[in-house]
Amino acid sequence: MTKKLVLAALAVSLCAGVAVAADAVSPDVLQKVIASSWKEPDANNPAGVGPSWSGRLVQDDMQKICSETRNKPSKEQAAAISKAALASVKYPEDGKFLGDWKKGEKIAQEGKGLRYNDKPEDVGGNCYACHQIDPKELSYGTIGPSLKGYGKTLGFDEKAQKTVYEKIYNSHVSVACSNMPRFGTQGILTIENLKDVVALLMSPDSPVNK
Amino acid sequence: MKTRRLYEQATAGFAALCLLCAAGGPALAQEDAAKGIERYREMMADPFANPGLLYVDQGEVLWKEKAGEKNVSLAEVCDLGKGVGVVAGAFAELPRYFADADKVMDVESRILWCMEKLQGRDVTNVKKKAFSGAGEGGSEMEKLATYVGNASNGMKFALKLEHPKEKQSYAIGEKLFYMKAGPHDFSCQTCHSEDGTRIRLQDLANLTNAAGAIPAVTTWPAYRVSTDSVKTMQHRMSDCYRQMRMPKVGFGSDAVTALITFLVKTSEGGEVNIPALKR
Repeated sequence: MTKKLVLAALAVSLCAGVAVAADAVSPDVLQKVIASSWKEPDANNPAGVGPSWSGRLVQDDMQKICSETRNKPSKEQAAAISKAALASVKYPEDGKFLGDWKKGEKIAQEGKGLRYNDKPEDVGGNCYACHQIDPKELSYGTIGPSLKGYGKTLGFDEKAQKTVYEKIYNSHVSVACSNMPRFGTQGILTIENLKDVVALLMSPDSPVNK
Repeated sequence: MKTRRLYEQATAGFAALCLLCAAGGPALAQEDAAKGIERYREMMADPFANPGLLYVDQGEVLWKEKAGEKNVSLAEVCDLGKGVGVVAGAFAELPRYFADADKVMDVESRILWCMEKLQGRDVTNVKKKAFSGAGEGGSEMEKLATYVGNASNGMKFALKLEHPKEKQSYAIGEKLFYMKAGPHDFSCQTCHSEDGTRIRLQDLANLTNAAGAIPAVTTWPAYRVSTDSVKTMQHRMSDCYRQMRMPKVGFGSDAVTALITFLVKTSEGGEVNIPALKR
């Protein structure tokens, strides 16, 4: 009897020991915390997780791999992510990649869009949050590289324009687990918006290339 | 009076420096702006000029005020981890596991729990108004959190992480920190894993190591000049998730507590300085 009890106690403590020492969080535990922390909307929390919001807490394949690897995917993972990213790109029907750089500048400046306190009509690329673009704008971030003179550096041919379009549509085409949002794939910007931003970077007459 | 005058002087100085930014070249202007902000911070770091100090006094009054169905004060019933009513040093060891609630709690979720369970208060409005709006002069929670935080000033963050639930909270916080999600694919890592980066002109803290995390984490609640009010760590987490395009995260939720556990443990040894002054 005593022996059995000791064994049982030993088994319990071993199990507890393993759970703690491993320090790992099972997907179930994590999902429970997420479900209890971002709840259904109610009077106190109208922006809570509703039908259109709950999806934001569910990760897709890229998000899962990049979270697990802390944005350092293996070669194979990176190749798969970039392949899927390229497959997601939809191209302009007129075959033209350059829109209006002045409209592109407005999109690059705008930080609103898709937050729970934004309006549905708020659309922004918020490019200056992370990049230097028009050198006259002093308030720019440094999470991404400077894009000053981008078109001058890459060239003004259609091939370069297409590369930039794809990169903004889904940055993981060229850098798997990039920090940059997938503006086209995720529907943050429309194809027209994207062309305007491409023009800001790639038009010879854009201030970026002056 | 002195506070107001210094504040006006500092604001005027800041505005003048900003005019300089527009006149000079980009690099020079930014350097000047950074210097200006630094000077502004120095002026505001004068312990008698920080408007957030008012919250410490107001928080103390609230801590000692009888309230709720049971008509008792938090000072009489609430244990923040160092014994009932003890505030000195409590913040430096939070978040921690509380057996009475069978949960890991940070300062704000613990205060909320004490109000509801021990004072017998309806906390619906405390929760709803936890983050004060412009010109409201601060919420009850902001004042209480500032008072409790301030009572650990000069002490070093020291989380024990002995209880299995504390260890689990840390591990969940770490997972959440690296969790890319939402339409913009943002995680905390996106903005807070490198030294010397910024969003627009706002410097970002590298929260993945002690050197980067300590200045950011030891200083909430802080008086924020941009909002003219004290903001807390719960607010910082909530507002980051808003900017990350995530749904609104619950006040005092387990996810936020877990993130705070992860950040405070990363800032181990950092000296508490509350309320600090921030942009």
